[in-house]
Amino acid sequence: MRFLWYTIAGFLSGILGGMGMGGGTILIPLLSIFYKTGQHTAQAINLIGFIPMSVVALIIHFKNKLVDFKHVLMIILPGVFACVLGCYIARAMSGDLLKRFFGGFLIILSVFQLVTELKNIKKQN
Amino acid sequence: MDYNQSEAKSNAKNGKKNVYAVITGIIAGIVNGLFGGGGGMIVVPMLIKLLDCPPKKAHATALLIILPLSIVSGIIYAVFGSLNLRIGTPVGIGVIAGGVLGAFLLSKLSAKWVVIIFSAVMAGAGIKMLFF
Repeated sequence: MRFLWYTIAGFLSGILGGMGMGGGTILIPLLSIFYKTGQHTAQAINLIGFIPMSVVALIIHFKNKLVDFKHVLMIILPGVFACVLGCYIARAMSGDLLKRFFGGFLIILSVFQLVTELKNIKKQN
Repeated sequence: MDYNQSEAKSNAKNGKKNVYAVITGIIAGIVNGLFGGGGGMIVVPMLIKLLDCPPKKAHATALLIILPLSIVSGIIYAVFGSLNLRIGTPVGIGVIAGGVLGAFLLSKLSAKWVVIIFSAVMAGAGIKMLFF
């Protein structure tokens, strides 16, 4: 039964991910709030869980020539070093503290996203 | 003379772009490692605003940037012992099925309302996680 509930959580966030809207930002709070999964575990599952879907989506984007390679290497190389640092910072925190930081991050993201979308709507009208 | 000037200008512009690219990478990397996700939501606007990438291409390119970061972070989390496959396996199966449906829905639904509802849900979840 738990297996089914976890599949549903993945399914819901997969829908948003497939629409290109950061499915991870919904999977992590879903696991944390409703399934009482530890924050570090929820984040690890999110990192791994979206890899197969991203690979498939990328192949489609490659075929449609939508990937811009111009600055990619200059972003990925420092990004890899920074993500190792980020992982170590996360490990140094307790699950509760990390969860609170994640909550703050979600609030900032949602406000930013809402403002951007409202600007777009205004521009169209 | 004119040629040299325009060349110098374009070199300066490229240098600036490289700095923007490195900054984008550092921020996306820290967010990806620290929060285990959400890096894409930062890379997309930065690609559009700082690196003059058209929005549609920015979404696709962000995937290519986030994928290696997620693989590296995912391996480190697994080495730290945070990955639980008894939860991760069913979630992963669900994500794949949902992803196919989402990609299909993308062409059917009005993205405007999805974004607004999604933002509200995110804000609610954020408040719950930060304060309760």
